Amino acid sequence: MTDPVPPPSGELALDVRDLRMRYGTKDVLTGVSFTARRGEVVALLGPNGAGKTTTIEILEGFRMRSAGEVTVLGQDPARGDEAWRARLGVVLQSWRDHGRWRVRDLLGYLARFYAPYSTAEVPRPWDVDELIGVVGLAEHADAKILKLSGGQRRRLDVAIGIVGRPELVFLDEPTAGFDPHARREFHDLVHRLADFENTTVLLTTHDLDEAEKLADRILVLDEGTIVADGSAEQLARELTTQAEVRWTADGRRQVHAVAEGDPTDFVRRLLAGDPGVTDLEVRRASLEDTYMALVHRAETAGPGQQDLDGQVTEQTEEVQS
Amino acid sequence: MTTTGRTEARRAAVRAGLSRGWLETKYSLAEPADVVWYLAFPVIYAVVLLFMRGSTVPGTDFALGAMVLPSLVGMSIAFGGLTGAASTIAVDREDGTLLRAKATPNGMIGYLVGKILMFTLTAAVSLVALVIPAFTVAGDLRLDARTWVLLVLIFVVGMVATVPASVALGSLFKTSAQTGLLFLASTALIIPSGIFYPITALPTWLQWVGQAFPYYWLGLGARSAMLPEAMVVAEIGGSWRTAEMFVVLGIWAVVGMVLAPIVLRRMARRESGSTVAAARERFMAKGY
Repeated sequence: MTDPVPPPSGELALDVRDLRMRYGTKDVLTGVSFTARRGEVVALLGPNGAGKTTTIEILEGFRMRSAGEVTVLGQDPARGDEAWRARLGVVLQSWRDHGRWRVRDLLGYLARFYAPYSTAEVPRPWDVDELIGVVGLAEHADAKILKLSGGQRRRLDVAIGIVGRPELVFLDEPTAGFDPHARREFHDLVHRLADFENTTVLLTTHDLDEAEKLADRILVLDEGTIVADGSAEQLARELTTQAEVRWTADGRRQVHAVAEGDPTDFVRRLLAGDPGVTDLEVRRASLEDTYMALVHRAETAGPGQQDLDGQVTEQTEEVQS
Repeated sequence: MTTTGRTEARRAAVRAGLSRGWLETKYSLAEPADVVWYLAFPVIYAVVLLFMRGSTVPGTDFALGAMVLPSLVGMSIAFGGLTGAASTIAVDREDGTLLRAKATPNGMIGYLVGKILMFTLTAAVSLVALVIPAFTVAGDLRLDARTWVLLVLIFVVGMVATVPASVALGSLFKTSAQTGLLFLASTALIIPSGIFYPITALPTWLQWVGQAFPYYWLGLGARSAMLPEAMVVAEIGGSWRTAEMFVVLGIWAVVGMVLAPIVLRRMARRESGSTVAAARERFMAKGY
């Protein structure tokens, strides 16, 4: 059991290059590339149908890809063996599996599979009672799983996902259907994982707010490809190319939308051309505005119909103030 | 990981599977609905045997109930083994239990070991319950040391012959609702099995159909264990055919054990979070 784990490519836990997936004639992923360093929390953000779940299922080794190179903890997930699987945590969207089991029994049962994969650096598995405490289920350790509330059940899913002390955890839409309180508790749990355990986390979400709260880095997936990659601030600069310029001239309020690039030129020309301009205001679209526009487009138009900036044309119009 | 490491990890999975089988049996026996299911057949048989009191096998003075009881023992083994595993596998697939096994290192080994142990234990519970109706006819049966040795042997061989085959069958079903078909087919197979009606009275082609399935052979085996030697004349060829019984059941066991892991692995390969989510949505929309 002491033979060394194959060295990962550098310090990368995940290395995805030009990942493609096609179902029949439908291209779901059209070239996804990204990496994740060890200990990093990465959110895969995108509207429904963008390909988030397909991506994560390929990385988990549950789905075969059509093309591309994928390395997860140094191995190709399509050929991942059981020793590789022991270093991964998969938090499934559970439903009603093991409903008759007691919380402690199920965790204790699953923990047994990881014991042979214990190493000097990573003692496996977690002590079950300690883990139950960490996810806040101590009072329910002997409860029937069927009787847990949605939030409790989700915390149990996380506990199951990390019982083998994984080096990398996948979370697919972890807070879907949560109330705000449960969501907050769940976020605390993910932070604890990343901070104390140095676990790499890849999570999918369609909620920008959640991605900003949880992730060191956000990948925006749209129409099967990554359209932005970076921290929330970096994304704001990369993705938000629209700006609005407002001013008053001759007692009338005007607005001009700059669809692409730097609004400075427009402002310079405006001021040079009309000395009567007052109350000048330049406002860049927020990341939220931009993401909402993306989600809105994904929900209304079919995929690949129009591009993001196509909605706004450069024009000046009078507004009621 | 070295070969010894892999072997050790698999052993740990088998041990975990044994604890799974034990826990699931414990949980199941605490569910009133399950207990009713385990006891339903023994109770029905008790009623049937009650009605048979006073009747004798035509042409003899041997009690009809004593003739039928061993066949029921054989049938319970076959029915429990063949239908039980298949129906739970379809359910476990839909609710995500199998996906969890797949996400765990060597989890499938633990899952299979757990299922086999659980079905063996719960089938044993049903069989023990048959003791109750058995008392009404015990006087006519041949009950000695040989009976118990043979019965235990037939039970173990019966489980090995039917549970893997059942796992393979269950993996073929797309939804848990489809497993109803399996119950139907099993019930139909009981007709030519010689359990309720002597197989020698059936048309020859139907006798061959009956002899292709474990129902007939497990019934025959149980009769050979529990009936007086003289009753052998009612069987095909006037013989208990013990060797043939073990050969046929052995073929079922081998075929099942070869097929089950292949079919199960093929099915499990398709399982992912989105297939479970799709099953959940279908369940929420249609209620099954």
